[in-house]
Order: sequence, then C-alpha cells, then structure tokens
Amino acid sequence: MEEKRNLLEIKDLVVQYVTDEAVICAVNGLNLSLGHGETLGLVGETGAGKTTTAKSVLRILPDPPAKIQSGEILVDGTNLLALTEKEMRKIRGNKISMIFQDPMTSLNPVLTVGDQIAEVIMLHQAKSKKEAYRLAGDMLELVGIERSRSKDYPHQFSGGMKQRVVIAIALACNPEILIADEPTTALDVTIQAQVLALMKELQEKYRTSLLMITHDLGIVADICDYVAIIYAGTIVEYGTKEQIFLNRFHPYTKGLFNCIPDIMRDDNRLIPIDGLMPDPGNLPEGCAFCERCPEAMDCCKNGMPDQKEIEPGHFVRCFLPYKEG
Amino acid sequence: MAKYIFKRLLLMIPIMIGVIWLIFSMLYLTPGSPAAYMMGDGASEEAIAELETELGLDQPYLVRFGKFLKDFLLHGDLGISYTTKLPVLDMIKAAYPNTLVLASVSILFSAFVGISIGIISAVRQYSWVDNLSMSVLIVLISMPTFWLGLLLILLFSLRLKWLPSSGLGSMAQLILPTLTISASNIASIARMTRSSMLEVIRSDYIVTARAKGQSEWKIVMHHALRNALLPVIATIGLSFGMLLGGSIVTESIFSISGLGKLLIEAIKARNYPVVQGGVLCIAIVFCFINLIVDLIYAFVDPRVKSQYTK
Repeated sequence: MEEKRNLLEIKDLVVQYVTDEAVICAVNGLNLSLGHGETLGLVGETGAGKTTTAKSVLRILPDPPAKIQSGEILVDGTNLLALTEKEMRKIRGNKISMIFQDPMTSLNPVLTVGDQIAEVIMLHQAKSKKEAYRLAGDMLELVGIERSRSKDYPHQFSGGMKQRVVIAIALACNPEILIADEPTTALDVTIQAQVLALMKELQEKYRTSLLMITHDLGIVADICDYVAIIYAGTIVEYGTKEQIFLNRFHPYTKGLFNCIPDIMRDDNRLIPIDGLMPDPGNLPEGCAFCERCPEAMDCCKNGMPDQKEIEPGHFVRCFLPYKEG
Repeated sequence: MAKYIFKRLLLMIPIMIGVIWLIFSMLYLTPGSPAAYMMGDGASEEAIAELETELGLDQPYLVRFGKFLKDFLLHGDLGISYTTKLPVLDMIKAAYPNTLVLASVSILFSAFVGISIGIISAVRQYSWVDNLSMSVLIVLISMPTFWLGLLLILLFSLRLKWLPSSGLGSMAQLILPTLTISASNIASIARMTRSSMLEVIRSDYIVTARAKGQSEWKIVMHHALRNALLPVIATIGLSFGMLLGGSIVTESIFSISGLGKLLIEAIKARNYPVVQGGVLCIAIVFCFINLIVDLIYAFVDPRVKSQYTK
C-alpha cells in the first residue's frame, strides 16, 4: 500500500461532533488510499462514518458541531487540512467533486439545471457565461439528457434524471477524484443499474479516481477495484475486491457477507450480525466490534489491534492473525 | 400565466359582493342611529325620524342593500357622506394617497432592514450579533405602536426638535410615522427571514453548492436567499395589506389624514356610507396585494409557477 504514490491518502483521520452534551466520535484514526484511475469501495453500515469521511475530504462538514481533530488528508502530497478556506474552494468541484446520496434534495429547486452546471464551470474555468452554458449543455448530453432541457428546473426531472444532473455537475470540471456517497441508494433498481453503468463508463473515459461509498456489496462487486470495510469510524479490512470477496478475514466482513441472500443455497435464512454498532458517543476501550464478534478473545476488550497485512495488499485490523501467527 | 391572473381577477367579483354584504349587514345590525347622532342630544323624535327618511334609513334591509349594490356595481358610486355631504369616493381619493405613501415607504424600509438583519442573524447564528438583534427585535415586536409613536415624538420633536410631529407633506414628516409603523414589521420580517434561512442553510443543495467550491457569500445570496424568501414574502404581503387598510393608531398620533383616520371617525359618527366605502376599498386593495404576492411567489419559485400554468 505504501510503495506506490497514491492520489488520495487519508492518514489517521479523527473527526468528532462536539456538542455541549456529548462528543460523538464519528471517525477514529481512519486510513485510506486511492490510486490514480482506481475505484475504491468504502463499505459499512449506517452510522459507520462513511459520509463523515467523504465530507472531511472536501472539508464541507458542518462546523460546528463537526471538528476534524487530527490526521492528514493528502492529495498529490498536499495536505488538504492545512489549506486555507480560499485555497480549498479552488479544489472543491474542480480537483475533487462529490455526488450526494439523495438527488431529490441535492439540487437547488429555484435554479435551472443549466444554471447549476454552468455555475461550477464558471467557478473553476476561465470561461464566458455563454461558453459555460454551452459546456453545461455538453455535460447534459454526456449523461444522457437532451441539451434543450438545460432550461428546465429540477422538479421537472425524475429521480434518476436528477442524479444524472448531479453527476454532470460533479464531472463538469473533469475532477481527478470523484466521491460518490451512496449515489444510487435513493433510486429504484432499474435506474440504479443505469446510473452505475453511466458512472463506470464516465470514470473509465476520463480516468477519474472514484471513492464509492455504499452499503451495497453488489455495487462493490460491480465497479470497485479495492474495498475498504469501515466499522465505527475505522477501516477494519482493506484489500482488492478479489481478496475481500474470496478471502475475507475480519469477523465483521464475514458477518456482512452473511447478510447477502444466496440464491444457490437451500435454506433461505440470512444470518444477521447480532447487536448494534457501539454508541459513537461512548466507544469501548478495545476493539469496537468486540461485543458483537463471534470470535472475540480476552485481549479484544483491552486494546485496539493494529493493522496487519495478512497477504500482500490485504490489511486487517483484528487480533486473530496475531493469535494464529 | 395570463389565464391564471384573469381567473384570479374574476374570482374577486364574488369576494367583493361577499364583503359588501357582510359589511352592510354588520352596520345594519349595529345599534344606534346615524340620524340621532347627527341631530345631537336635544333633537326630537320627529326630527330624527324625518332625517332618517331623508337618508333612506327607514327603508327595509333588502331595499337598502339592493340600492347600495346597484349604485356601486353600475355607477361605481359609494354614496354621500352623512356628515360632510361629499361623495364617499372623493373622500377616499383624498385620504388614500397619504395612507399609500406611508404604507409603501414603511414596508420598503421594514423589508430592507428586516431581511438584512434576518440574513446576518442566520448566517452568524448564536453569535453576539444574532443574540443582540434578536433581543432588540423582541422589544420592538412587543412595544405597542401608540407608545412607541409618543416616545418618538417626545424625543425627536419635543426634546431634540429635529423632526415635525404631525402632518404628512415633506420627507421630514414621513420619518417618525415610518419608524413607528416599521418597528414591529421589521421584527416579524427579520424573525421570519432568520428561521427560514436557518432551515434552508441546512438543506442538501447548500452542501452541493459548497462542494462546487462556491464562496459562502454567494451561497447565501444566490442559493439560500431565494429559497428562504417565500415565507418572508408572505409575511411582507400580509403586513403591507394591513398597512394599506390605514394605520389607525399611527395616523391618529401623527395627525395624518389617511384612510385609517377617515374610517375611525366615520365609525364613531355611524357614517355608514363612508365606513362601507372604506372597508370595501381595503378589501379590494387586499385582494390585489394577495394576487401580487402570489405572482411574486411564482416568479421566485418555479415549482409554484408550473402549478399556475397547469
């Protein structure tokens, strides 16, 4: 993981939501890396810190209450967390852009879709207004919407079409990194497939690196090269798609895969993971998964295991490999 | 859109007839005779009865209502004032410009100040600016108009002698009544803007705008404000409608001969034609303001517009 120079590297990221009542530890020492043109799937349950991680990269977390306490987010070697707000604005929408979960609410209802695509073009490229709107039309065509519809407002589009518009906005400035935060969760299945295919096609065409946040392992199987499993704000397992799908190691990852229905098996019962994710306002001292882990040992309660490379490029944060080794 | 406006204008006719009927019936049912009031205390029964016949007050309800409706709808005639013997329409025409000027200046001033305060408070929520302005607004909104008006006169007219305390002919005379009327309006507009902005600022499309690299100022003015403005426009429209009905208290304190003052005097004298004419005028203006507010809505929000054109 260290040998090649990565486009995006997140090191020991700690993000907390600090309110008068409590401190919510959303992200706890998270490490991630994403290479040029690669697709990384960030997989985890609701509340695991996926969206917080994504928003930290763009530094668009609501502050207060969210605070990035420590860590580094390196893009091409530049630490984004050390940049001024003004420098950061030049990166947002330009070098790094993001697709949000719910297309129904992520477009401004009082501006035409053309306005909203042209806005990002005018912000980052020295283009005249006319030129920007022409390019906005090109972007619409690229995502499969007629150019003539750029004068329409978001409410005149269906959910899937809106998500295409959101994708057009995100890709308008040809970003190096695209963060997609559950881009298909709010869409119905047929539209999901279309949107995913579109994203995959565009990503390959422009060699964009993609950080795909999802809780859907089907999507991961479909488009990702690497997979990171996130639990309670830390990556518990990281590897190539093949390593994770065929040779998963961490008990939590195994639990996740047990939650997928398998049509080839006779018994049609799923095996859910017992219990709930620990309260991020009150994390246990040891491994956060310890309480729900079927293979928990005594040492799990006392301290957090370090990351261990169990095969080349396959990392696990668990005490089990130490026991065997 | 034109079709929608036409429909709304057409709808005003039944509303007007309803208003006329309501105000006519209410006045009919009010105890006390205008004739007795006009003749004074010492008048004899016969003299009062004679004046009532002369004014047509001895006619049955339906006959009087029919006559009023016919005069208004066919000739645009609102009758003759009992006291001044002038046509009611002319009296309203004379008083209305004052009310109109006062209302328009006040609403523009309150909207400008109120929306500005609201935006700043929302963007800097819980900062000292926000806390201070919200506390001041509480004071403004709970201060009775008559009291504020008198305090302003005391300070600026009597003590400092900077501004005149009555009439409405010059810019200087406009300042105190405008401040008096605007105080509570500024407060309600600012509070509405603030809460509406706070809601909008938290919405997903603002995060989208931020993720595009847009500056905070542009996000507030370009993305948030237009969305937050809808309930504010409704508040402003409502206040403006109220003000156009004449600010009775303010007009009385500052001796401005506007619609409010005209009406209150007419009510005291049981001057039926003037009361009917005045209320009708208020109702018509209110209908138009409502229509204009709805049209502004459509202009601001394309979703509303597409509903109208359906």
